[in-house]
Amino acid sequence: MNTSTMGVPADECRNLATDPNFRMARAFDVEGAAVLDRPRTNGRVLPGFGLGLGYTLLYLGLIVLIPLSAAFIKTAQLTWPAFVDIVTAPRVVASYRLTFGASLGAATINMVFGLIVAWVLVRYPFPGKRLVDALVDLPFALPTAVAGIALTGLFAPTGWFGAWLTPIGIKVAFTPLGVLVALTFIGLPFVVRTVQPVLEELPRELEEAAATLGASRWQSFRRVVFPILTPALLTGFALAFARATGEYGSVIFIAGNMPMVSEITPLLVITKLEQYDYTGATAIAVVMLVAAFALLLLINALQVWTRRRQGASV
Amino acid sequence: MSAAPLLQGASRATGTAEPAFVRLLLVGIALTFLALFLFTPLAFVFVQALRKGMGVYLAAISEPDAVDAIRLTLLVAAIAVPLNLVFGIAAAWTIAKFTFPGKNVLVTLIDVPFSVSPVVSGLIYVLIFGLQGWFGGWLQEHDVKVIFAVPGIVLATIFVTFPFVARELIPLMQAQGTEQEEAATVLGAGGWQTFFRVTLPNVKWGLLYGVILCNARAMGEFGAVSVVSGHIRGATNTLPLHVEILYNEYQFAAAFAVASLLALLALVTLALKYVVERRTGRHLQPQERELP
Repeated sequence: MNTSTMGVPADECRNLATDPNFRMARAFDVEGAAVLDRPRTNGRVLPGFGLGLGYTLLYLGLIVLIPLSAAFIKTAQLTWPAFVDIVTAPRVVASYRLTFGASLGAATINMVFGLIVAWVLVRYPFPGKRLVDALVDLPFALPTAVAGIALTGLFAPTGWFGAWLTPIGIKVAFTPLGVLVALTFIGLPFVVRTVQPVLEELPRELEEAAATLGASRWQSFRRVVFPILTPALLTGFALAFARATGEYGSVIFIAGNMPMVSEITPLLVITKLEQYDYTGATAIAVVMLVAAFALLLLINALQVWTRRRQGASV
Repeated sequence: MSAAPLLQGASRATGTAEPAFVRLLLVGIALTFLALFLFTPLAFVFVQALRKGMGVYLAAISEPDAVDAIRLTLLVAAIAVPLNLVFGIAAAWTIAKFTFPGKNVLVTLIDVPFSVSPVVSGLIYVLIFGLQGWFGGWLQEHDVKVIFAVPGIVLATIFVTFPFVARELIPLMQAQGTEQEEAATVLGAGGWQTFFRVTLPNVKWGLLYGVILCNARAMGEFGAVSVVSGHIRGATNTLPLHVEILYNEYQFAAAFAVASLLALLALVTLALKYVVERRTGRHLQPQERELP
């Protein structure tokens, strides 16, 4: 639309033109008095901005922000050395090591197998594929307590898997290995679901071009496909890792929960709470929150990278 | 595609496809992995639930404590899901239809509950409403129980399911823009009329999708609810907590029977999700679904 012919001052036109919310209002202002009798709040055409933003902020504040701030306020009452003492006590450090170590292991397992599962679901036909595809999301939908008791039953010395593993000296249930199994289960869908859409939208021409230029199938995967998938793969890895570090329900049944050996950090928070040590529980919770927020920022950055890499390839 | 099938077959074997044995191997690895970590645990729940026969199964899910747990779980979901639905609509309308400073921060803040450990989600409400908490003294004077009572369970559930509906609706409404609503407004529709006649029909499948996921999590939440519940049988025991109690009392058949109800809920959730995904013809990115 050529604004200069409409007799509206040029400045105002430029302002209006930059904001999509103003487009309709402008048309009417210019045409005549169609909107003059209607109060214009801030020049917005659609109603409900004040109500919507107000309610959103109120609800967000009451449910999320104020309760979360309670953890930080409670911990701020501690002196720094007292805080450090609590969060670096040997039992607590042992729980970090297990939680982060097992989460890292589980996320790595899921990265490798998640890539294979995503590849197979996108590229190869096989019977029951749709059912398999739908069931990949099971760990999102299955309550964690149910996953916990099922995995424990399977891997207990008398269980379906445990009966095979115990004779060859592999103990899973009630050991740190059990934590790894539970965290692998709950993180399973993340890598599959981040890699799958990128792989689906990957133009086959890229691989055809690589093949035409003489690349072997492995070369074109490693040099062409894999670099495009890398950001998505890392995003899935980070999502699975972040989820695993906070996980509680599926782990506590299978872990055995021995202090210093198979006790995860979230369980330690509950243990302290049950001993009425609110200060200790909250201090550890603050460490978990800070780690979670750092991961959230990392994941956001990875997602931006994924979109950019994907955009560049298409 | 329309090229001679012979040619296509030849290129598949060499250029852009893997040899048959590689394909078989990869499918085999993928299915074995999924069988070990997904299908067997799911099957195990039902096998264990029915191991001692239908009689024991039915008794386990119809005894008074189990019925109370079912009732409480339904009640909590019936409160938490509509509240988060209203919030999700308000947030999505505000964020998708208007521009304002700080919008990106707001979107990130809405996601925060997904990155908080369930245990911490419960703990923060104890810090506010617990006996030693901010309002603990006041609540006790007025004989109101929040922690170790139903209100605490509802609050913790609202927190952990907070982002589901908003996350589904925001990208959907953003993609749809504001033209249709503007047209409706210009034609004389009021705000609510525009919303119910124009916006809502456009986003109904996304809305349903969000509600399904929100409901599944609300009924299945364990960690956060466990912190605030106090595990009082018949009073503050939800289904997942009831599973834990039965399991810790070595009543395995009963624990798996109750767990099978939750597993069924998960299967129904996946089936509905599948239907909605087919209807909308989209494949959701994980960042649009559940986060840690």
